[in-house]
Amino acid sequence: MTNEKTRDIVLIALFAAIMAVLGVFPPITLPLVGVPITAQSLGVMLAGGILGARRGALAMVLFLVLVAAGLPLLSGGRGGFAVFLGPSGGFLVGWIVAAFVVGLMVERFWPRLGHVNAFAACVFGGIVVLYAIGIPWIAFAAEISIAQAFVGSMPFVPGDVIKAVIAATVIVTVARSYPVIVSR
Amino acid sequence: MIQLEGVTVRKGDTLILDAISVTLTERRIGIIGANGSGKSTFARLLNGLERPTTGTVRVDGQPTDRKSPLGKVGFVFQNPDNQIVMPLVDEDLAFGLRKSGLSKFEIGARVRSHLDRFGLTHLSERRTHELSGGEKQLVALIGVLVMEPAIIVLDEPTTLLDLRNRRILVSFLDRLDQTLIVVSHDLELMASMDRLIWIDERRIRGDGDAGDIVRAYREAIATEPC
Amino acid sequence: MLTSDYVPGDSAVHRARPLIKVGLLFVFCTWLFLQEGWLSLSVAGMALAALLAVARIPPRMVFAAVRPALWVLGLIFLAQLFLADWRFAGFVVLRFAVMILAASLLTLTTRTSDLVEAIEGALSQFLPQRSAEAISLALSLCLRFIPRVRDIFDEVKNAQRARGLGTSWRALVTPTIVRALKSADEIARAIVARSPGPADGPAMPDGRHVR
Repeated sequence: MTNEKTRDIVLIALFAAIMAVLGVFPPITLPLVGVPITAQSLGVMLAGGILGARRGALAMVLFLVLVAAGLPLLSGGRGGFAVFLGPSGGFLVGWIVAAFVVGLMVERFWPRLGHVNAFAACVFGGIVVLYAIGIPWIAFAAEISIAQAFVGSMPFVPGDVIKAVIAATVIVTVARSYPVIVSR
Repeated sequence: MIQLEGVTVRKGDTLILDAISVTLTERRIGIIGANGSGKSTFARLLNGLERPTTGTVRVDGQPTDRKSPLGKVGFVFQNPDNQIVMPLVDEDLAFGLRKSGLSKFEIGARVRSHLDRFGLTHLSERRTHELSGGEKQLVALIGVLVMEPAIIVLDEPTTLLDLRNRRILVSFLDRLDQTLIVVSHDLELMASMDRLIWIDERRIRGDGDAGDIVRAYREAIATEPC
Repeated sequence: MLTSDYVPGDSAVHRARPLIKVGLLFVFCTWLFLQEGWLSLSVAGMALAALLAVARIPPRMVFAAVRPALWVLGLIFLAQLFLADWRFAGFVVLRFAVMILAASLLTLTTRTSDLVEAIEGALSQFLPQRSAEAISLALSLCLRFIPRVRDIFDEVKNAQRARGLGTSWRALVTPTIVRALKSADEIARAIVARSPGPADGPAMPDGRHVR
């Protein structure tokens, strides 16, 4: 095993663990819309934005394998195969693609990475792409139309935008103080 | 036996070690020096974790850039939290042996015999993150011992330990048959070595009898302007 | 936080091979989606109830498995009530409940370590051995890192409090991640140092046993 490959494995495992730790924080309920927001989708943006597309997506795969195997790592102590078959299963699988897209955009922006384009990457990958996978899943499984599923998911967007702001700041600061993507 | 011949290490523009030549044959060798003197890099050269920019490091005559010395030279890191890889103690102790060609059964037996030898059998099924600092340091050391290397390099093994755990660790080290190379600020431990090397400003400043070097080191620090 | 809801037992459901259970679960759920009707749902529900009884899962655990999804299921029920009628709304929600319970049955009757081992075993059938080893290492490392990341986070939180800084998200997350990354790099180095390959000499019985 080469050193570089070992490092990749360690970083992937680290961000899967960070996802698990973020799941321990109690959900914060937004005052106006009354929807609980959890810290875990922050971890999705961070994994892509800090590790890059490939390793970020693999960190999500690893985390979801542990969830599927039964560890109660999702926020609220949920875990097990059941969560994938529930209505929000699409969002969980979507995390893999979301982390990949955030990572891909941050890699593209890398030499001139700043708060604005990091925020754009988080919003596009971590919200637009994620919902584009999660919403049809709800619609299919709950036998409702895409439009209805879309409307039903909108209350979560303000919380996700706040997370994108936090994620963007963290991604930019880490890129300056301990860059992982460029050092490859 | 480890030989360094004109070893220089550079990181970017920074010179870390400058033309070091030394032959290490004694059974217990100490390395002292100030923070940033290059002694940690020196330690990492000995098992190939660090490569010399110029010069050669030889372990039993073999240059480390041609033949990895990992099997012969074990390395105990300063912070056991960064060395313990597996969730359970027995899994962690077996970690290094997973590519050794030994069967699962042989690996288990070897891990148990090492735990037994130091009276630590009760730790075998504990979760590694629940161990005390002293227990973690011992598990990190046994994780290296199960590999049965001929030489063990320890990077500041007593720094994070309280007085009692330090005593336990030192008594452990006394019972080992291997060649030990210990990097430390612990002058009491250093004074008990067969030979002491003092690294200062990227070069070897003193080398010889442990008692003499410790005395010279204390004097040099005491007379330095603050 | 790392304990799953495993209910110890020695039933046929417990003893079935983990991968077979995963395969059956997949077939079961696909079938439920394809057969849209009360008849197939009732058959599935009864089969599931029988398996839960065989595995002696206490009713409390059965309810606990569905509880996290209750409010979403409630919303879906209301939506369908407006869109269709109460019968269809009930059907959609019950189908969810049956699937969630079926998946929970897998978790409740299979040890996590057995399932992880089965996943590793299955992967090593399809992947080269090196990749299978890498995946196995990643799984163990992740379990090792979870308490470590929590410790780092707590240390950062306490340090910020001691300095009189508030506990804003940003002030906590960035230092935690930077410290975790440094620790990860050190662990990567330790893994290399602790992993001599067969070509690296000793580590194998060679007569140099510690006495």
